[in-house]
Amino acid sequence: MNSKPAPLALYVHWPWCLSKCPYCDFNSRPADPANLPEAAYLNAITAELNHYASQTNGRNLTSIYFGGGTPSLMEPQTVAQVVESASRLWGLHSDCEITLEANPTSVEVAKLRGFRAAGANRVSVGVQALNDADLRALGREHSATQALRALDIAGAVFDRFTFDLIYARPEQTLRAWEKELSQALAVGSDHLSLYQLTVEPGTEFFRRNVREADEDLAVKLFYLTQEMMQGAGLPAYEISNHARPGAHSRHNLTYWTGGDYVGIGPGAHGRIRDQGVTSATHQISDPARWLEAATKHGHGTAKVRILSAAERAAELLLTGLRLPEGVSRERFTEQSGLDIMQALDPQGLKILVDAGLVKLDDSTLCVSPEGRLTLNAILERLLV
Amino acid sequence: MTELSHIRNFSIIAHIDHGKSTLADRLIQHCGGLTDREMSEQVLDSMDIERERGITIKAQTVRLMYKAKNGETYQINLMDTPGHVDFAYEVSRSLAACEGALLVVDASQGVEAQTLANVYLALGNDLEIIPVLNKIDLPAAEPEQVRAQIEDVIGLDASEALLVSAKSGIGITETLEAIVHRLPAPKGDRNAPLKALLVDSWYDSYLGVMILVRVVDGVLKRGQKVRMMAAGSAHQVEQVGIFTPKIARLDELGPGEMGYFTASIKTVADTNVGDTITDDKNPATEPLPGFKPSVPVVFCSLFPVDAADYDDLRDSMGKLRLNDASFEFDPETSAALGQGFRCGFLGLLHLEIIQERLEREFDLDLITTAPSVAYKLQLIDGRQVDLHNPADMPDPTQIKAIEEPWIKATILVPDEYLGSVLGLCTDRRGEQVELTYVGNRAMVVYRLPLNEVVFDFYDRLKSISRGYASFDYEMDGYSENDLVKISILVNNEPVDALAFVCHRSQSENRGRQVCERLKDLIPRQLFKIPIQAAIGGKVVARETISAMRKDVTAKCYGGDITRKKKLLEKQKKGKKKMRQFGKVEIPQSAFINALKMGDD
Repeated sequence: MNSKPAPLALYVHWPWCLSKCPYCDFNSRPADPANLPEAAYLNAITAELNHYASQTNGRNLTSIYFGGGTPSLMEPQTVAQVVESASRLWGLHSDCEITLEANPTSVEVAKLRGFRAAGANRVSVGVQALNDADLRALGREHSATQALRALDIAGAVFDRFTFDLIYARPEQTLRAWEKELSQALAVGSDHLSLYQLTVEPGTEFFRRNVREADEDLAVKLFYLTQEMMQGAGLPAYEISNHARPGAHSRHNLTYWTGGDYVGIGPGAHGRIRDQGVTSATHQISDPARWLEAATKHGHGTAKVRILSAAERAAELLLTGLRLPEGVSRERFTEQSGLDIMQALDPQGLKILVDAGLVKLDDSTLCVSPEGRLTLNAILERLLV
Repeated sequence: MTELSHIRNFSIIAHIDHGKSTLADRLIQHCGGLTDREMSEQVLDSMDIERERGITIKAQTVRLMYKAKNGETYQINLMDTPGHVDFAYEVSRSLAACEGALLVVDASQGVEAQTLANVYLALGNDLEIIPVLNKIDLPAAEPEQVRAQIEDVIGLDASEALLVSAKSGIGITETLEAIVHRLPAPKGDRNAPLKALLVDSWYDSYLGVMILVRVVDGVLKRGQKVRMMAAGSAHQVEQVGIFTPKIARLDELGPGEMGYFTASIKTVADTNVGDTITDDKNPATEPLPGFKPSVPVVFCSLFPVDAADYDDLRDSMGKLRLNDASFEFDPETSAALGQGFRCGFLGLLHLEIIQERLEREFDLDLITTAPSVAYKLQLIDGRQVDLHNPADMPDPTQIKAIEEPWIKATILVPDEYLGSVLGLCTDRRGEQVELTYVGNRAMVVYRLPLNEVVFDFYDRLKSISRGYASFDYEMDGYSENDLVKISILVNNEPVDALAFVCHRSQSENRGRQVCERLKDLIPRQLFKIPIQAAIGGKVVARETISAMRKDVTAKCYGGDITRKKKLLEKQKKGKKKMRQFGKVEIPQSAFINALKMGDD
């Protein structure tokens, strides 16, 4: 056995929300909070914890992430039991990061202390906007005042907290965003996720034909954001994520650096590497069907697929190149079994290197700051 | 064998969709050529493409036995003619094999340009013409107006035009009676040396090349050694027969009769439409009049999308040529598109048909360059060269003169669109020859450079006349003009496949149009891409495709990774439709769409 077992992250998906936001393309379903099948859910999750723990013996958890949906709709007791089971089954790394996503409505905020007691040590608040008109347009159930209050409390309860904002909203000007982002910075969190609005197929916004910001404005908004965040001491450590040094989300970095993660709950994805081979796991998306399967069979896995070296390579690049430091060649080889040159199209690489969009040396492949904005086009050219 | 007096040979002339095939089907059905069960719609158009486009590409013939009301039985030979201008010569040979023709006009539509051209061909061959007004049971039918049109436009007596609905079976017996009583019987001498007109030929995978003939004099027999008078080759006849439309073997074909024979001929390239077939030992002294070898007039290049398909493409074109000798191809190497072929066609439709057959029957993905014409170049050193590819144009300093092919176009158009049509013709350097008003329609005859028509003229004509204009053309010689080659540079490199020739007076305009069009056709990329049009070293137009600035996905967590990877795979697949040119990727479709002139 390996002297130092590979670290492992755990993602727990809670699928229910009070209502579906019009931009959201996550696996979430509106539900009546009084009638949530929480006990059944806990049983099913516990079954899946057991199921996956038996496949990843001897590995400590470096992070747990409760995502959704709206996991803050859960009773703190449920969270406590999941953390406890995970701890018993795998063992938690000494500084295991345990994050829970929460909405800033009053009911949920009142539970923050409970979540803290349940073992969570980081909270991620879904603020999305700091003006009421846009919050309404985004389908959020809270006001800007409530959001700021929630952040106050989050800061008081948790050592580490972060929040999300969506920008490049319809008709949002550079000035308006500058003002809103200043307000956000004044909150004083050491982590912020700043996403440009994208209109995804299957969402309400898509059906309503909501337009994304035009490219010129989107680029300006992006650079304004980089500048302000850099100035405030929270530079980007990923396309849409900013943190003070050391305050990055360890859980999310696991995704981007090709680490292993177990994904449980409806629609959750996982990547588990065993003896050099990476499997992609995917749980049943529909909450009711997932519940039934997990209850009956001990897990609600829809699919386990062994990734080919080429697929694995593509994933490692499409996540790793989102980071300023890029992809470590040594780690790439360890994770995919390929030399990075085997995964790259030589002609495309040359064109991109000549254009200064991509940099390759003995240890690292990385994309320039401007290049990261056109990462999709770069990947198209870069991959074999 | 049937007495000459009891034979009738005829063809059907009609515009697309005016009901030629349906009428042929009814005649076959009525004479019992096929049982109802065997009758699939439109028996004669056997190729898929023919059926889909409603046009006939290869001529075919059907022998029917009709018992007339006078109690006599007649041998009726129906010659199905190719229905398009590109095959005008083939049409004229098919018509030359007949004594009469049915002129089918849709009673709700009236006479169209193509009908006119074929009627003139028929009249030129001294055929007796019976006007047939089809679709008379349609509510929109206006038989009296169309009758008047036939008299005014074509100058035919239409007082005895037949009133028919082929679809509903109205007027079929009347049509057969008219064929028997109004069309002349063929003439011919059974004892004279064999003289047969080669009407068409095609490759059959079991029988080899089948040759369709009309015997004029003498007898064509199984076992006979025959000679092709123009080709000069001799062949032993193996099989003689007819189509009823089922194939039926016979011992011989006599004067006035139509049928096929086989003679171990390997490719149709060894047979020439219009050639005279005679007896090898006892040859005729004079061939039948009117033989003309076929010459391609429209050219374009075909490249396989996947370079690995090059051999397949060559083999497939070879197979098509087995059946279509008028289609020519030679290997070509393009800096932009790699290895491919420069191909020659009889016309635009011919080009489309070949391209479609290659893609469909042989499952090949092709890049087609914009069509061009054959220029005749006189060089300073006195040499004369035919230029089939603008990319091969010599340096202007070596050229003394350039001649380009012209056509005579006939366009029939409703009055209200006449202005736009005249504008289009003038735009394309047309010279008006004639303008005649026919009721509420105008018939315009223009001389136009083929170069200006070869591309999107027909599309434009259809669009500015809302589909009402009909168009036909014939070749009308070569004449010298001030022509220049325009090179297109993408990212400062000339793209040979985009070069084209145009009149100097239009060069800047066209250059600019192509640059603007390419700007829309080439998607933005990671770099700024300049696009220029140049004559020699002089840039006459320039556009720039700005660089793509942002396309990164905002979120990329657990489930997004799988989704994003799938998207990336899809994009990579889409890129197969692109051609790498230096660091620029050009979509395949751009090579043909760039030169379309559009509405400006």
